[in-house]
Amino acid sequence: MELCDLSAYEIAQHVRSQKATAVQVLESCLERIQKVDGRPGALDAGELTAEDRLRVHAFITLTEERARAQAEEVDRKVAAGEDPGLLAGVPVSIKDIFCVQGTPSTAASRILANFVSPYTATSVARMEEQGALVLGKVNLDEFTYGSSNESSAFQPCPRNPWNLNHVVGGSSGGSAASVAAGEVALSLGTDTAGSIRQPAAFCGVVGLKPTYGRVSRYGLIAFGSSLDCPGPMARDVTDAAMMLQTIAGPDPKDATSATVPVPDYIEALEEGVQGLRIGLSPDYFRIAIPDARTGKYHTEPVPAEFEQAVLRAAQVLAEMGAEIIEDVPMPNARYGIPAYFVISRVEAASNLHRFDGVKYGYRTQRTPADLRDLYRKTRAEGFGLQPKLRILMGMYVSAAQYSEQYYQRALRVRTLIRRDFDQAFDPDGAVYVDALLTPTTPTPAFPLEAVYGDSVMMQYADQLTVPANHAGIPGVSLPGGLTAEGLPIGIQLLGPDFREDTLLRIGRAYEVATQDDPWRQEEPQSAHL
Amino acid sequence: MPEQITQEIFEHLVALAALELNPDEAEYLRGELNHQLAAIQELSAIPLDADIPASLHGVPFPVEVRQGLRQDEWQPYPEPQTILKQAPETSDGYIVVPDIPHTTLE
Repeated sequence: MELCDLSAYEIAQHVRSQKATAVQVLESCLERIQKVDGRPGALDAGELTAEDRLRVHAFITLTEERARAQAEEVDRKVAAGEDPGLLAGVPVSIKDIFCVQGTPSTAASRILANFVSPYTATSVARMEEQGALVLGKVNLDEFTYGSSNESSAFQPCPRNPWNLNHVVGGSSGGSAASVAAGEVALSLGTDTAGSIRQPAAFCGVVGLKPTYGRVSRYGLIAFGSSLDCPGPMARDVTDAAMMLQTIAGPDPKDATSATVPVPDYIEALEEGVQGLRIGLSPDYFRIAIPDARTGKYHTEPVPAEFEQAVLRAAQVLAEMGAEIIEDVPMPNARYGIPAYFVISRVEAASNLHRFDGVKYGYRTQRTPADLRDLYRKTRAEGFGLQPKLRILMGMYVSAAQYSEQYYQRALRVRTLIRRDFDQAFDPDGAVYVDALLTPTTPTPAFPLEAVYGDSVMMQYADQLTVPANHAGIPGVSLPGGLTAEGLPIGIQLLGPDFREDTLLRIGRAYEVATQDDPWRQEEPQSAHL
Repeated sequence: MPEQITQEIFEHLVALAALELNPDEAEYLRGELNHQLAAIQELSAIPLDADIPASLHGVPFPVEVRQGLRQDEWQPYPEPQTILKQAPETSDGYIVVPDIPHTTLE
């Protein structure tokens, strides 16, 4: 096993005990990137070559010099007997939706391709303070608008390490791929409808969406300001806990970050599940399949392999002392996507108005007639199709004459979705559970080009994850097996506000109990490049 | 179902959005908008009691977990040049833009 394949926990141990230096860890990761990543995402990248199809393409920008300086500083601290930090020598990637001072911060969009951030996002700064090595910025759907990474303006887009002809999911797809392929141990993603959990499920890694307000959004290029949550992606639960420990907590630079105390996530990991009540909901074992032409949709059971993976997890947890509560009603979960289509578009349209070719970013090279024409030409050339679609939809559903029918109504439906969770997690309620256990996604990673372009079908990839965003509650996706085709299956845990510790504890118990399962011994395709 | 977003409404939205579109883009985007609207029609059928309030965010945010307002104090930014440097066109510390549409008052 190479250094880059060790967990973040093991790497930090190695570096602290001088079994390896942070510089050696960095070299190992750079070698892995060199071997599997292929050419980085770029504008106007031309046709895909045969070699491109056999590479992961997680990165847009490598920040080798920054990482090297950080590694040398960690090694200096260790040698001097100083505390090198919780993430000493741990290699990380950053979804390119976060500002990192002195690096291109592109949002995977042409309109920000030349933007070099003058400041650093709080969550990135906190990881750097704890000794992390920032290896670079990874790809995503343009402005996070998608569930496959195919909409990135920076091509080639990432390819799934488990099967290079399949999508990585999205929008934190480069994050998931870079962790799954062993290029880094941790990645910072964001989750607005499932953008951490869905690609984590597709790529066989752990992805945690914290409670809204648990992690600062300062330095995150905004999409849906009432929904966006930065969070960790990792190869195991312990690593996700270490990363959350580092980034969680209030930030004077984000007024929506909450002052709720941050518990010791790592200490709680080994407490087991004895006495915990874990719920299963029939409403999370059904999926909606839309027919965009007619506006109708039908429901089907989730794929049998997914149901079996969740039930197996429930059985394992029951054997460890958890109580499994069946038939937890979540009747409003099915409205998650329709409500999201409205709320997220209104917030996106509002947030995207700042990109105008005046203060930073791309400006049209054509000669505009006046300032308004400058805006139009710049935005026409700078935005891809998905941002344009979201802006237009947001404009429509919030327009004065339609707002009552759409936006105001969607906000009230959001209340219903939240109430389902309030009732399930109410200690005095009819069915009290500490967490819900569900599949993360309605399908495994789909083939590249199979869904892209159909914006309705793509959105439905988030149907099992989006209710948590409406409600603001935390959720984690864990690797839960492989399909017959060898694609990862994700299982999801959802919990009450600020109880990430419970989710991590359950996840860790499940991980320990299934450590010897045959699927855990399998390696992704990228391990054999 | 009938298209809700007609060509006329669509052109109005494009103007509001400060965009201009080529014909292929316009066709795709108008088509997808209509598909999305069809997909959200379900919202109108959800029974909503009159007392159900709107939620602007999911997690309650009571005053106990808020950081409170900070003092409104002026703080100089150490390197304004790093911000100005991002602007496509500047002159003497000002950001330069083309003519702003205006009407000259008599």
